[in-house]
Amino acid sequence: MSIDRREFLKTMGIAGASLSGVKALGASTPAHEASEFYAILHDITLCEGCQECEFACATANSLPAPADNDYPDSSIKRVLKPDQYSVINAVETSVGEVYTKQQCMHCAQPACASACLTQAMHKTAEGPVTWTEGKCMGCRYCMVSCPFDIPKFEFDNNNPKIGKCQMCFSRLQAGEVPACVENCPAGALTFGKRSDILREAHKRILDDPNGYVDHVYGEFEAGGTSWLNISPVAFDELGFKTNLETKPYPELTKGFLYSVPSVFILWPALLMGLREATKSDEQEGDNHE
Amino acid sequence: MSENVISEVLAPQQSRWKFIVSELKPKASLLTIFNLISVPTVLIAAVIIVIRFIYGLSAVSNVTQTVPWGLWKGFNVVTGVAFAGGAYVLTFMVYILGLEKYKPLIRVTVLNGFLAYTFYAFALILDLGKPWNIINPIIGNSFGTSSILFLVAWHFMLYIVAQLIEFSPTVAEWLGSERARRNLKRLTIGAVVFGITLSTLHQSGLGALFLMAKGKIHPLWYSEFIPTLFFISSIFAGLSMVIFQGSILQRVFSYQMDAHSDERHNIMIRGLSRVCAIAMFAYFFLKIIDMVHNHTFGYLMTPMGAWYLVEMIGFVFIPMLLFVYGVRVGTPTLIKVASLMTLIGIILNRMNVSVIAYRWDAIPRYIPTWMEMVVTVSILFVQIWIFRWVIHRMPVLRTMETMTARAKN
Repeated sequence: MSIDRREFLKTMGIAGASLSGVKALGASTPAHEASEFYAILHDITLCEGCQECEFACATANSLPAPADNDYPDSSIKRVLKPDQYSVINAVETSVGEVYTKQQCMHCAQPACASACLTQAMHKTAEGPVTWTEGKCMGCRYCMVSCPFDIPKFEFDNNNPKIGKCQMCFSRLQAGEVPACVENCPAGALTFGKRSDILREAHKRILDDPNGYVDHVYGEFEAGGTSWLNISPVAFDELGFKTNLETKPYPELTKGFLYSVPSVFILWPALLMGLREATKSDEQEGDNHE
Repeated sequence: MSENVISEVLAPQQSRWKFIVSELKPKASLLTIFNLISVPTVLIAAVIIVIRFIYGLSAVSNVTQTVPWGLWKGFNVVTGVAFAGGAYVLTFMVYILGLEKYKPLIRVTVLNGFLAYTFYAFALILDLGKPWNIINPIIGNSFGTSSILFLVAWHFMLYIVAQLIEFSPTVAEWLGSERARRNLKRLTIGAVVFGITLSTLHQSGLGALFLMAKGKIHPLWYSEFIPTLFFISSIFAGLSMVIFQGSILQRVFSYQMDAHSDERHNIMIRGLSRVCAIAMFAYFFLKIIDMVHNHTFGYLMTPMGAWYLVEMIGFVFIPMLLFVYGVRVGTPTLIKVASLMTLIGIILNRMNVSVIAYRWDAIPRYIPTWMEMVVTVSILFVQIWIFRWVIHRMPVLRTMETMTARAKN
């Protein structure tokens, strides 16, 4: 095998193109694109922990409603389940008992969707991250990747589903707001375009700097999410994850993914070259046996 | 010779078919200690697998919502692939660098790699919630191209094919088809180059799987270097497997060995030990750089830190020294001990990254059930059965000439 000049230049050209592609693709998404997603604001100062959102969620998604003895209590931590997409927790804090709501955060660039090898987890253009049963293999890589530990898996089912909030995607398509927002009697949930919601969140903090901590949880967490929270106390006191990256999680794998085409082109060339270079004189005469 | 040709021309299909049927019969006594243990274990595993597919994963496994990957993924897939890394390292040494002295190890290592990958794919299927959808990333409109797992899955599949091609001349020899052997042999170098490229990417890709679990894996094990660390460690994991397995094969299949095979083997494992020691040094060094870079020295004083030191000092640094010392004084026993310790170190490392140090703070902790362990061990047993069947019949450890010479006697 011999590599002539033309062949060599061609290979280098391809390698160069794949390398320069890294730069172009590696640039982060413009902020205004992400902000056109829908978003929901949970104002923790207004939430009364009445669980109406949980019941509405159960009805909208045909899930079992919370049992009578299953209500927010600061002595227990209620968790998400494959058949419970949203939970309210009571938390005892320095400003008294407050209520937090946990569900899928609908990241602008979700780790789960980039982890999914079948596109069962999918970031829709409207903002919700949806799950498609017919595509899912049940590998649970989305669960491993999700920084918020949201997707839940039916381990006790022989045809298991992944359970998580889908921001009532079918309701959005029908022009309705998510069930939890519609049914919140305290007005703690606000739905709208993300840029508007973000502005509203900052406005509430500015209008009442003593009533809120100056932090919109979800503005930068995991590169920005479609669920935003504002709170009267620091978020680590509420048990929110505060050790998260501020860049999108898929960025963590981009470097590796972009090195793949380069390795795929350079390795075989390098290996064949090495093989030719290390051949002994007698082997050269051989007929490649 | 002429008789052979005539019989092949007359009824080649029929005679070959008869030959295969005759080869299917057991060649040695089935009543061995290994069989007495492995057969019941595999039968129990079969029942467990049936239960798993009727009642779901939680009926047999302890995996939780916070630790969704357990023993089957952590050991059979993530660890097993590292152990099977010997095939790409050895084919690189022999076919690319032309180090002919390691050629006797190629066939057995490639066979082992091929079987390992096939059975780990099987373990993966057991673990999947909807295994019938495994076809989705292969065909159709469901390509999740941004997923590391998509990359790993494809590489896994293609590499199984590459290894099959690398091994196919041996099968052709066994079936006595010289023409097929010659044609298949022509594909070897292509399969080798392709296989090494695929291995580089999926060995490191298995590490890259955990890049997005930042904050969920203990800082001592999480690193942006995980792909590189997984790749380097697959080199000494694979070679340690070759050394360790070789020492067992020399004994179990002693009837296939000639007078000089022990001596030849010792020379080869000394060479491989050097490669191991150098790769381990690079690995150890990169780990230290990583600790400096991520300021994780403080964690060494915690219980997880002690566990980390067990892995790094006890099962990387010490076996590395043993390899060096073993080569210097020329003691095969020391080298074999070093290879075994290295293998344990790899199990610790892969299990730590994927299971133990993953959500190390979670309560309750994931501890595999006895049923998960039985299935894990059974997958290895079935793999060994097939491996043994092939070694007894095909020219893997010995050449075709010595086999026919023995048959005539």
